[in-house]
Amino acid sequence: MSEGLPRENQQASTAERSGGMALTQLGKRKIEKLERLAELSAINAGERGESLWREAFKRVRHNPAAIVGAVILAIFVLVAVIGPFFVPYSPKDTRWIDQVSVARNIIPGPSADHWLGLDHNGRDVFSRMVVGAQKTLLVGIVATAIGLFFGCLLGGLSGAAYGLGGKAGRRLDNVLMRFVDMLLAMPALLLAVSIVAILRPSLVTVMIAVGVVAVPTFARLLRGSMIAQSNAEYVVASTSLGVSRPRIAFGHMLPNSLAPVIVQATLTLATAIIEAAGLSFLGLGTPDPSEPEWGTMLNDALQTFEYAPRLALFPAVGIIITALGFTLLGEALREALDPKLRK
Amino acid sequence: MTLLDVQDLSVMFTQRGREDVRAVDGVSFDVSAGEVVGLVGESGCGKSVTSLALMGLLPEKGVKVSGRADFDGTNLLGVDQRTMRDLRGRELGMIFQDPLSSLNPVVAIGKQVTEVLARHRGLSGDAAAKEAEHLLDRVGIPDPRRRLKEYPHQLSGGMRQRALIAMAVACRPRLLIADEPTTALDVTIQAQILELLKELVHQDGTALIMITHDLGVVAGLCDRINVLYAGRVVESAARRPLFAEPTHPYTRGLLGSIPRLDSVRGEPLNPIPGSVRDLLPWVEGCAFAPRCERVIEACVEAPPALIGGSHQYRCVNPVLGRSAGPEHLLEQE
Repeated sequence: MSEGLPRENQQASTAERSGGMALTQLGKRKIEKLERLAELSAINAGERGESLWREAFKRVRHNPAAIVGAVILAIFVLVAVIGPFFVPYSPKDTRWIDQVSVARNIIPGPSADHWLGLDHNGRDVFSRMVVGAQKTLLVGIVATAIGLFFGCLLGGLSGAAYGLGGKAGRRLDNVLMRFVDMLLAMPALLLAVSIVAILRPSLVTVMIAVGVVAVPTFARLLRGSMIAQSNAEYVVASTSLGVSRPRIAFGHMLPNSLAPVIVQATLTLATAIIEAAGLSFLGLGTPDPSEPEWGTMLNDALQTFEYAPRLALFPAVGIIITALGFTLLGEALREALDPKLRK
Repeated sequence: MTLLDVQDLSVMFTQRGREDVRAVDGVSFDVSAGEVVGLVGESGCGKSVTSLALMGLLPEKGVKVSGRADFDGTNLLGVDQRTMRDLRGRELGMIFQDPLSSLNPVVAIGKQVTEVLARHRGLSGDAAAKEAEHLLDRVGIPDPRRRLKEYPHQLSGGMRQRALIAMAVACRPRLLIADEPTTALDVTIQAQILELLKELVHQDGTALIMITHDLGVVAGLCDRINVLYAGRVVESAARRPLFAEPTHPYTRGLLGSIPRLDSVRGEPLNPIPGSVRDLLPWVEGCAFAPRCERVIEACVEAPPALIGGSHQYRCVNPVLGRSAGPEHLLEQE
């Protein structure tokens, strides 16, 4: 009913501002604030309204930490996706091996030809970092996707069964959740190492291992969120309309339960990258040692750490900054979607 | 013809370690096609629980429902959930109190409406969209085509309630239960929504159970009124006799507590003393006795029975004769 009001507000404040040379700084700021408020309520009552997600996006945009995270990730993704096409040399090219002498502790540092220097095998570190970024992104995304998929499958089923399925549903939930508890009880790295040991080391195995580690988190999260939704009034309302239970569960409860899961996925990307690097570092990643992978590079750098610590520094900084980017963005997303923090 | 005949409906909430709570205690009433029956009472008197019990929406755990509710030959309290799911939405519709929380915030209105059409009328795609548009139009939502694509938070309160009503009547149910449909709305919208409900009842011959605490709503809409107190019907009468001659002191108190525009300025309002919590279990006497002005010895000796013919009341010391009060409410129609 108040549809017309906010827009009038906005107009008024814009008019004031245009003639507002005499306005004090404080007054200006106040008007700006009002304008923003008006914008917000105009969105709420707006004609072409937006979904909750788009509103959340608006809030994220006003968070400096989120912007830092987003910029980091944008650069990272850009480098990872198109970087490998533009690297100056092949990351496996050992052409400059004659410049390196591990016995005499000589490894050439950064130069015009090799921006980040060479490694102990005479390979171009810059090219290896860029191509390594691609692998890191791939592992992170695929691993998270695996965790997300199976976690949501388990958690969604469990939550729906518990919330709507009555006695039989509660029993199903019990069985599924005990399985998840078993996964959860094992230390993450130990579980990942065991999986790699069973499946033989390779990049795909690392993805699977890291993904499986993330399954219980997603499962528990979505289950809890679904159960909370099952008490919502719109579920009763849908039930009163005769809508079938699977439809209520997956058409109504699931979309409402996804927000925390998506936030968790962003945060999981960070841990997945760290865990994948950890597995590679332990030699459980790709069996080909010349493959440029940040974790493997870190391990290689150990041999020459005393006189060329920079070789460890580059991949370490890469891992830390990427993980930081995902964490910052994930946290900001969580805040933006938190109903308690929402106005 | 009686469409729904509720006999001796009782709902008991049980919890281990606590005394059972009798939320609804032997309520009986009936509704015919095209008739509007009101269930009136304060918060906690059992009116919402009655509606949820009829719709089979109470949780199974910790709830005992007894009695009969014959809906066109089917006992709603006796059928299994599968049958109930088929009846809900198709034969029985329900409108809830808070339209915002009763709509799914992340699903577009159109999808929520077409879902019901798909479930009970097998409509899909364009046919469903067209019918949904028609439904929104019917409940008075302007520009329905655009509204179908919008989300609940983009609609005003009144429009949300209209959308909910559209969903509830999508399959032309024969019985509609409205649980405080106007409580969350402001007064001008209330009137519009009531008008809409009246129209729907009139056009489709739907039976409507109107649950409310607002006697103004009842006066404008209901054919027959049941006043509930602490889970029991304390007075039951057609609209005019109830407003003209409220017999139970509780009904009279309710009517007397409505503020009037034409009362003398500065004159205090007339609330019913105490709150619903000050009640006596019905087994020991009249539950209203602790709050009643006309309480006598007989009130607490035995639980009073429902007496009278077409105008029934549950009181041993009733107020007889015409009320000086709130007949003006009737003029709202």
